[in-house]
This record gives sequence, C-alpha cells and structure tokens, in this order.
Amino acid sequence: MTDLVIIGGGPAGMSAAVAAYEAGIRDILILERDNSLGGILQQCIHNGFGLHKFGQELTGPEYAWKYEEKVKELNIPYKLNTMVLDITSDKVITATNATDGVFCIQAKAVILAMGCRERSKGALNIPGSRPAGIYSAGTAQKLVNMKGYMPGKNVVILGSGDIGLIMARRMTLEGAKVHAVCELMPYSGGLARNIEQCLNDFNIPLKLSHTVTKIHGKGRVEAVTISKVDENRKPIPGTEEFIPCDTLLLSVGLIPENELSKSADVTLDRITGGAVVDQNRQTSAEGIFACGNVLHVHDLVDFVSDEAEIAGKAAADYINGRVDEKTNVTIKTDGKVRYTVPQVITSKKDVTVYFRVADVFRNAKITVSGNGEVLLSKKKPKLAPGEMESIKLKKELFENCSEITFALEV
Amino acid sequence: MFDAVVIGAGVVGAMAARELTKNGMKVCVLERENDVAMGATKANSAIVHAGFDAKEGSLKAELNVKGSVMMEQVAKELGVKYKRNGSLVIGFNEEDKKTVEELYERGTKNGVKNLEVIDRARLKEIEPNIGDGAICALYAPTGAIICPYELTLAAIGNAMDNGAELKCNFEVSAIEKTDNGYKVYSGEDFVEAEIVINAAGLYSDTIASMIGDNSFKVTPRRGEYILLDRECGNLTSHTIFRTPSKMGKGILVSPTVDGNLLTGPTSVNIEDKEDKDTTAEGFAHIIKETFENVNNVPFNKTITSFCGLRAAGDTGDFIITSPSKGFINLAGIESPGLSASPAIAKKVTDMLKEQGYTLEENKDFNPIREPMHGFKDLSVEEKNEIIKKDKTFGRIICRCETVTEGEILRAIRTNPRPSDLDGVKRRTRAQMGRCQGGFCSPYIMELLAKENNISIEEVTKSGSGSIMITGKTKDAQ
Ligand SMILES: Cc1cc2nc3c(=O)[nH]c(=O)nc-3n(C[C@H](O)[C@H](O)[C@H](O)COP(=O)(O)OP(=O)(O)OC[C@H]3O[C@@H](n4cnc5c(N)ncnc54)[C@H](O)[C@@H]3O)c2cc1C
Ligand SMILES: Cc1cc2nc3c(=O)[nH]c(=O)nc-3n(C[C@H](O)[C@H](O)[C@H](O)COP(=O)(O)OP(=O)(O)OC[C@H]3O[C@@H](n4cnc5c(N)ncnc54)[C@H](O)[C@@H]3O)c2cc1C
Repeated sequence: MTDLVIIGGGPAGMSAAVAAYEAGIRDILILERDNSLGGILQQCIHNGFGLHKFGQELTGPEYAWKYEEKVKELNIPYKLNTMVLDITSDKVITATNATDGVFCIQAKAVILAMGCRERSKGALNIPGSRPAGIYSAGTAQKLVNMKGYMPGKNVVILGSGDIGLIMARRMTLEGAKVHAVCELMPYSGGLARNIEQCLNDFNIPLKLSHTVTKIHGKGRVEAVTISKVDENRKPIPGTEEFIPCDTLLLSVGLIPENELSKSADVTLDRITGGAVVDQNRQTSAEGIFACGNVLHVHDLVDFVSDEAEIAGKAAADYINGRVDEKTNVTIKTDGKVRYTVPQVITSKKDVTVYFRVADVFRNAKITVSGNGEVLLSKKKPKLAPGEMESIKLKKELFENCSEITFALEV
Repeated sequence: MFDAVVIGAGVVGAMAARELTKNGMKVCVLERENDVAMGATKANSAIVHAGFDAKEGSLKAELNVKGSVMMEQVAKELGVKYKRNGSLVIGFNEEDKKTVEELYERGTKNGVKNLEVIDRARLKEIEPNIGDGAICALYAPTGAIICPYELTLAAIGNAMDNGAELKCNFEVSAIEKTDNGYKVYSGEDFVEAEIVINAAGLYSDTIASMIGDNSFKVTPRRGEYILLDRECGNLTSHTIFRTPSKMGKGILVSPTVDGNLLTGPTSVNIEDKEDKDTTAEGFAHIIKETFENVNNVPFNKTITSFCGLRAAGDTGDFIITSPSKGFINLAGIESPGLSASPAIAKKVTDMLKEQGYTLEENKDFNPIREPMHGFKDLSVEEKNEIIKKDKTFGRIICRCETVTEGEILRAIRTNPRPSDLDGVKRRTRAQMGRCQGGFCSPYIMELLAKENNISIEEVTKSGSGSIMITGKTKDAQ
C-alpha cells in the first residue's frame, strides 16, 4: 500500500508531488514512462516558461529542472522508464519496466498527470498519398531538439497551434524553408506572442481559413495542395495552390491522454477530453485526482503547476481524512464559454474557475449567474480560444445555488 | 537453380510458396517492393467470406468455399489472429430483400453452411447498433475476419523457416524459357527455376506477356477505407455488408481482429496501377453509407485512412491458367482472393502434379510458426517469466498499442526481416495506434538502424525514396 501514486513525471506530476510532500505526505511514488522527469518540457528548448510563476523567462528544460531538483532534494521516490498499463477504480495500479517487470500497487490516492498527445494525420482524412515526410509538430520537435535530426528541408505547416508556430521558427533557424503555416479557422489557436516572434519576425506567411486538400508524393512528400475554406470550413473550388515541399508538419490539436482514466471509470468531459473535476481536481472516482494537460490542454506551464499544487494538496487532505463543509454546485456554460475547470464545486470555499472561449470576441462581458440572477460580471476587451481565462468566486456567491452558468455577452 | 519461383509476395504468392515448400520444393519468392504484402494484400476488407457471393460453378465460388473452410486451420498453424464473427448482408427495401433471398439460394448451392434469412427483430437482437433502415438480412455464421498482412508475413516466414528464399526489391522485367525451365530477370540479375508461379497481382498480365501470353488484361479498381480507434471496435460484432446492387457491393462496416472498426471500400475503376490516392469524394461516400448501415459511428475517432487496388481480370472470374508447361498464372485474383488463398495454393500443386511434376511431401516441414502477437494478453506471471530472461520485454516502446522493445526486436530478427518502419508496424502494431507513431517512431528508427547496421538517415518509412530524416541539425553536425 502506497499513500500517493502519481502517474506522469512532467511538470504537473512533479508539482503535485512537491505540494503533497509539503502538506505532510511522505509515502509518494511518481511513475514516469520516459527516461527522465520533465515531460514534454524537455523538448521545448525555446524560452517563455515561468513568467507567471518565477517572474523570469526560462526555457522548458530550465523550468522542469526547478521542479526536478525539488523532487530530488525532498527525496520523493520516482521510477523512470516505467509505463502504467492500468488503473482500477479501487486505485490498484499496474505498471511495467525492465527491472521490476510487471507489478501492481494499491494506492490510497492517485493523481493522474499523463499529459496529452498530438492529434495525428490519420484523424484528418487528407486526400492524396501517404508518403514519408508527414510529422506531427511535436515529433519533429523531438527529432530536432532531442536527437539532432532534421525531418526535412522544405516545409509546410498545417495548424497554427503553439507547437506548430514554435517549430516554424525552429526549422527556419536550422536552415529549412518554411513556406507557409495554414490554419483552418479564421484565427490562430496559438498565443499572440508566438505569432509575432515565430512567424512575423521571420516573414513566414500565416494563411488563415486555409487547409491542405491533397498530399502528393510516392516515397517522400513532393508537394501539397492547399485551398481556402468557406465559413463552414469547406474548401472553395478554384482556390487551390500547389506548394512543392518535402515535409508537412501538423499542429492540429492536442488530446488529453485519458486511456488510463477510462480504465479507472473516471467520468470525462466531452469538450475538454479530460476528467470532470471539482475544485480540488478530484475526479468522479473518489481519491483519484487529475491535473495538467491530462485534465485540459494548457498553453502555459505556469498554470499547470498551479493546478497541480491544488491537486497535490487536496490528495494529501484526502489521505489524511480532512474534509471541508460540503455543497454541490454544477457549473454550466453557454457555448461561447466552451468549458470551465472545475466543472463542479463540492465544498464551501472560495474557488478560482478557469475557462476558455469558443471564438475570438472583442469587448465582451463575462457573466456568472445562478438562481436566475447575475452574480458577477467582468468586462474583457479581447478574448481568444488560445488564451485561458480565470475568475475568482467567493463562497458567499454560490452558497445557495445548485447550478451556476458562465456566459458571454457580446 | 530453384524448383520454383513465385513472382509476387502477396497473400496468394505467399500461400503458394508455403504449399510448394511443404511439397518438397526449393522455392524462391521474388517481390519488387521492399517488403512482402505491399499490394492488394495490405489494403483490403480482411474478410474471410463465407462464399455466398460468387456465381455457382465459378472458380471464385469453388475456391472461396474451400479456402474459407481451410483458413481456420491455416491461421492456427501460422499463429495468426482469426475470428469467426459471422457476416450479415442487410437489406433496406423489398428489392434488397429479394436479393438477400437470392444470395441465400446461391450460397446454399455453393455449399455454404448454416445460412439464414432473418428479419429486423432478430437482426436488432444480434446487432443492436444496426442502422434504423435495415429491414432484413442474410446471416452467414461462417463468415470470419483475419489480418491479411499478418497471414502473409506468417506464411512467407514459415516457408523461409523451412528453406524458401525471399528476394525483395526484385522487380521482374523479363522471363526467358530455357531447356529445363525459366530464367526470371530483374534487369541484369536473374533467378532460374523449373516452375514459375505468376502471382504478381495487378501486374500479372505484364508478367504473363513476358512469355507471350496476352490472353487477359488486369485493370485496377480503387477501394478506399477509413479505420477507427479501438474504442469503436465493439460497435458491431459482425461484418455488416449491404446487398449488392448495380452500383457494386457498397460500404461495409466490420470489426478487425485487432479490435478496430473498419469502414469501406469504395469502388472506382481507374487507369494508373500506381495510384493509391484517397479522395474527398471517397471519404464522403464511405461516411454516408456507414451511417445507413450502423448507428452513431464516431468518425471523429478516425485514426487512419488508406486505399487498396483490386486487380480486376477481364473474365469476371479468377484467371488460373497454365499457358506453358510449368508456368502458372494466378491472375485477376480480386475478392474473395484472400479467403480463397489456401485453396488456390492447393490448386497450384494439383495442376503441377497433372503436368507430371513430382511433388513429395517434405517430411521435415514444420507447419507451425510461433505467434508474433499476444505478449500483451499474457498473465502478469507469464510476462514476468519472459522479462526475467529478457529485460527488453519490460520496456514499452509503442504506448498506444503497448508494444515492448522485446517484441520489436524479435520482429526485426524474424523471417521475413523488416527493413523499414512500416514493416515493423505491420509485424508488431507499433505505430498503428491512435497517435500513429508520433511518440515511438523515433525510437523504432534507432532500433532499425542498429539492428540492420545502417545509419539513421538510411532508415525509410516504406522502402526506396521514403527517407525519414534529411540530415543533422547545425549543433549535431
Ligand atoms: C510543444 C509544446 C510547446 C509548449 N510551449 C510552451 C511555452 O512556450 N510556454 C509555456 O509556458 N508552456 C508551453 N507549453 C505548455 C506546457 O509545457 C505544458 O502545458 C506542460 O508541459 C504540461 O505538463 P504536464 O505535466 O501536464 O504534461 P507532460 O509534460 O506531457 O507530462 C506528462 C508525463 O506523463 C508521462 N506519462 C503519460 N502517461 C504515462 C503512463 N501511462 N505511465 C507513466 N508515465 C506516463 C509522460 O511521459 C510525461 O512525461 C508547451 C507545450 C507543448 C506540448
Ligand atoms: C479494396 C479491396 C477489398 C478486398 N476485400 C477482400 C476481402 O474482404 N476478402 C477477400 O477474401 N479478399 C478481398 N480482396 C481481395 C484480396 O485482397 C486479394 O485477392 C488478394 O490480396 C490478392 O493477393 P495477391 O497476392 O494476388 O496480390 P497482391 O497482394 O497485390 O500481390 C502481388 C504482389 O506482386 C508484386 N509484384 C507486382 N509486379 C511485380 C514484378 N514485376 N516483380 C516482382 N513482384 C511484382 C507486388 O508488389 C505485390 O506485392 C479485396 C481487395 C481489395 C483491393
């Protein structure tokens, strides 16, 4: 029996471990399938991490190292090269590695911090051939930054997520020619600062409302056809443009890695792809918590750490049998607000609710209402799907509600 | 000098090569691609048809019914996944219903066992997600599913373990008759044998014409597919066909032996034998008909799409002929060619015996090949037993399909040895899951480079030209 088992040793897993330790838990085990701690940050060698948390611009590995050092200093046990294969709702974890073989652990509490994976080419059904030279941007990033290999020389990027933008710059700096970044939507899903620093500074065209409509090439990619799309995101005939290239990078979305959560019967949110959680980041399965990209995709690691600290501390409270005064408030959204985390509030305490919007909105008003009245509202000059927002709710505000709604007035 | 060469390492060539090896022949398989199972065999519906489709009296009907009966045993010997899940041919209106009844009659005449015509109530009972418009069905409990490239890899591997040879990247360009057989060329390179089996799929007409046989033509017919995540694999348990019409057989929905859901194929005649492109129209067609067949198929869970080319002969039937002593054409082997393949192989040995060749059973032939899959399904104790001896079986490389380094290394070291990423994929399922190799392909590239003693720049996705890496980064140079 182990008090707390944490699945995933990325920033979320490490921050949660440190927070649980600081809340008095000693019997902790982090399980990580990679050969080092740090998660996806290890391959993010650009800077821009830690502005909120540490007030300085760190690279991904530097940010991760701050937590890794802490984990080591506190002697929090972890196992690397260890893949978790299964979790039951009774918190029995099955994992495997080369030294221990396949083993099972009964945990008192579990924190899910498995991160996310990239949506692959297969999911897009792009017509044409299926040659070599099509990579997800994260795979290309791993090849370039961790292995020192160039996946190609003449590049088109589909999707303007942050990884795609960062890779546009990275490939350019490595001497490749990036011909265009195509984005299906009329706006980019990436951070504004990345569009500035990764595309504009290098004169790489961002083609909004464009998609790849055909892949050409037998052995290796030889070209792609791109087309403009209408407001229903359907390609417009006659707008085809043929771009010779040897590489297509895809940055078309991240998907929380929740296969294990499903095996533990955790209820998932259809929109986030992650678990439905309360303010403690506790899932529908008692004693199983979730944080970081496995819960919802974050654009800033600083928020991942914040969220993981909440989960780590709450897991400690759970293990120690501490409980708050209970309530049960469901948070709904109007569609313009796409989702919130948490989705439910179960204790009478102040809570910060994080959310994302579904489109780009200017001069909008966010309202929180319950029992037919507006409880709180806040004006925002600009909201975009790429940027996460938050609102702090005092406990008095939702005390008498069983349901509150986050909505947007434009 | 070989006893026999087989041209083409698809399922038909593979089964023939194994059968000839079993009959004491020294066999060489010639394949133009970098790996086996690269033609129609790697992109089809993977159904072992019961045998009610083909016209009575045709070779298709005879060999389908025989092959489908043989397949279970062959799969067992070769350690290949096979599942008798049963097929349903559903009808949406009175006209379809008539066709269903005709298929019942035809199937029964063809010798298919246990066919049944069922009504909507019964259909709904055995297949709860069946489309709302389906009113009746032909139920064929002997229909089965198999993995066609796994079968082919295993058949070739087993033949090789028993002495056969495989030459990949050997594109047959000319054939010369000699006093005691044939000389089969690829450019300057050649192989000699008494017997030639032409199993070159789409190009079997070109091969036949090399010895002056211009009696048939083969044309390509495109078939596109969309494959869905394993999460969707139990949406149906049977293979769901539509009733064939003037427009062809239509789109089917079937679970695969690996637990995914397969939808397709389209059917479009094309000219270019190399054109395996998928099309936007094809995708739209698949999605539309799938929705009619089965309720709520979640196409947002798509993990890949692909296209296979049917090798359609000009006679409407399989073209199994011998234009010259010792030379056998296995041409126009479109569907149900996979199902018929064990019976086609048997027919080859029968024809050779008739032509006076002596075929003697090879007493040392071992028909058994260890299954290459299944580590995943072992018990914890069994896995640990293996990991204790070989640590690499404790290390997961492909996270989506949980494939260990041990399994990948074993595949790289087993006949027929893969030399590219797709080859590892077809043998182990690594890179075949929902992330499609996003995580694991860099590791597999390193394993392939090391095991095959090549540089990482030389590792390809699928043979010549399909390089993965174009050089080193500035720092690494
Ligand atoms: C390419 C990229 C660029 C980014 N750029 C920036 C940026 O410029 N600035 C910024 O602030 N943020 C950036 N981010 C966001 C930020 O880095 C992430 O949100 C953060 O790393 C997520 O942390 P995590 O711990 O949730 O996930 P991860 O870092 O993905 O960690 C999850 C860990 O869990 C492990 N794991 C998963 N499943 C299992 C299992 N079954 N068994 C064992 N271990 C398992 C994984 O191997 C991994 O190590 C970027 C993210 C990406 C992907
Ligand atoms: C869309 C589709 C769906 C199908 N569904 C089913 C089904 O559900 N059930 C079923 O039973 N059957 C099905 N079939 C039929 C089945 O796939 C084929 O009958 C079978 O795969 C044919 O195998 P083959 O070995 O003859 O051909 P192939 O697999 O095409 O093999 C021919 C080989 O010859 C090689 N070759 C060609 N030219 C040369 C040369 N000059 N030198 C050397 N090598 C050469 C090629 O590279 C290739 O590897 C389907 C077919 C298609 C296309």
